[in-house]
Amino acid sequence: MTSKKHFAVCLWLMCALALIYSCTPVKEYQKNKLNDSEMELSSRKVQKFEQNFQSYREGASGANGGKTGGGCGCN
Amino acid sequence: MRKLTLSIIGMHMLILSAFSQEKSGDSTFYKNRKLKFEEANFVSGYYHQDGNNSAVTGGIGTEKLSDFANTIDLKFSGYGRRLKHNLNFEIGVDHYTSASSDKIDPHGSSFNLTSPSYSDTRFYPSVGWSVQNEKTKTTVGANLSYSKEFDYTSRGIGVNFTKASKNNNTEFSAKLQAYFDTWAVIYPVELRTSVRTYDDDDNGIQGYSPRNSYSGSLSIAQVVNKKLQVVLVAEPTYQKGLLATKYQRVYFNDGSLKAETLPDTRTKIPIGIRANYFLGDKFILRSFYRYYQDNWGVRAHTFEFELPVKLSPFFSISPFYRFYAQSAANYFAPYGQHMPSEVFYTSDYDLSKFNSNYLGGNIRLVPANGLFGSQHFHSVEVRFGHYLRSNGLNANQVSLHLQFK
Repeated sequence: MTSKKHFAVCLWLMCALALIYSCTPVKEYQKNKLNDSEMELSSRKVQKFEQNFQSYREGASGANGGKTGGGCGCN
Repeated sequence: MRKLTLSIIGMHMLILSAFSQEKSGDSTFYKNRKLKFEEANFVSGYYHQDGNNSAVTGGIGTEKLSDFANTIDLKFSGYGRRLKHNLNFEIGVDHYTSASSDKIDPHGSSFNLTSPSYSDTRFYPSVGWSVQNEKTKTTVGANLSYSKEFDYTSRGIGVNFTKASKNNNTEFSAKLQAYFDTWAVIYPVELRTSVRTYDDDDNGIQGYSPRNSYSGSLSIAQVVNKKLQVVLVAEPTYQKGLLATKYQRVYFNDGSLKAETLPDTRTKIPIGIRANYFLGDKFILRSFYRYYQDNWGVRAHTFEFELPVKLSPFFSISPFYRFYAQSAANYFAPYGQHMPSEVFYTSDYDLSKFNSNYLGGNIRLVPANGLFGSQHFHSVEVRFGHYLRSNGLNANQVSLHLQFK
């Protein structure tokens, strides 16, 4: 990896960590919006098959809740 | 096709049998500890693609393919003395037809216009178990999976651990997953050895090769404020074994022909961030970004945005857009452009340089009193999208999710 890309990855990680550490404590009774089913921090169950075809049709896979192995995906 | 129909009927029977366990008038302490049905999910999807860069015919020719996929999962839970046990079962069946696979051996059958490789059915059951300590907010679990199709068998095993903070605002997860696969080696008909070592039924199998995949996943989910939460995920994966698809042809610039050859190891490093933000009272912004890099030279960026609009507390529509861009693998070259001196070579356009756009919508209905008058029929969700790749491949996907509780 070139130093430019190292820098980009480090910058991205630092921004993400800064975001996490700048958070405000939220009580359970204040989480009505966060608990909405559309706010779930994962891909939807109905996305299962589209994530499969994307992992077969594209070189990249992983880190999105989709498959990382198993099955050939050769068609 | 009859097998597929029977499998789908079997899935529906599983849903019915799950409900039959739910109602129990007995409320003794012992009975309360029994596993209780939580939910069932039925997901069905239809996918169709077309393009003109089939890897089976060396990077030229039709890529027409259709896939009809169905899964059902059943979730049960029960309490021990201090622990909550969760048990998940899933069964999936896919059936596909592929015009390019048909070109592996276009004269494989004397009586039909298409060869046996034209279609296949994949069957994949899995089971998962986890134990949750609600006091310490930790969960540990394990899973087993199996997948079988004509030329490919996969066995998977995984373990996972989750720990939430006292105020439930931070959650750390770690997962380890391994797949031990066996692939039947099938060459294009003109490259098969003259001494036949393959099956008597002439399927063209010339041996079996392993392909193992090992992945680890680390994630941190964080509530940022009352309207925003984010999750960071890193999921490095290492693969070893037969990673080339031997029935994919490669044509060289001197006119010669060989089967695709690729390194037998691959290391993938994807890192992603997902952030969901509640805008006002009716709009939610769901976003995802992933950076990906592997040691074959592929680097990729993925951006996804979805905007659920809550038309009522029970009904939402969500337009979405996904952009993806990747660089080519070091071993890719189009039809007739590889040099015979190269060690590794492929003309599979899934490993070429391209970008893609995926656009569509999601409709979700979750009535308070259930669907069609049934309390058990919890929700229905339909999702559809159109996929367009810069090298001409285009696809359509539609999926249906029914949830029963």
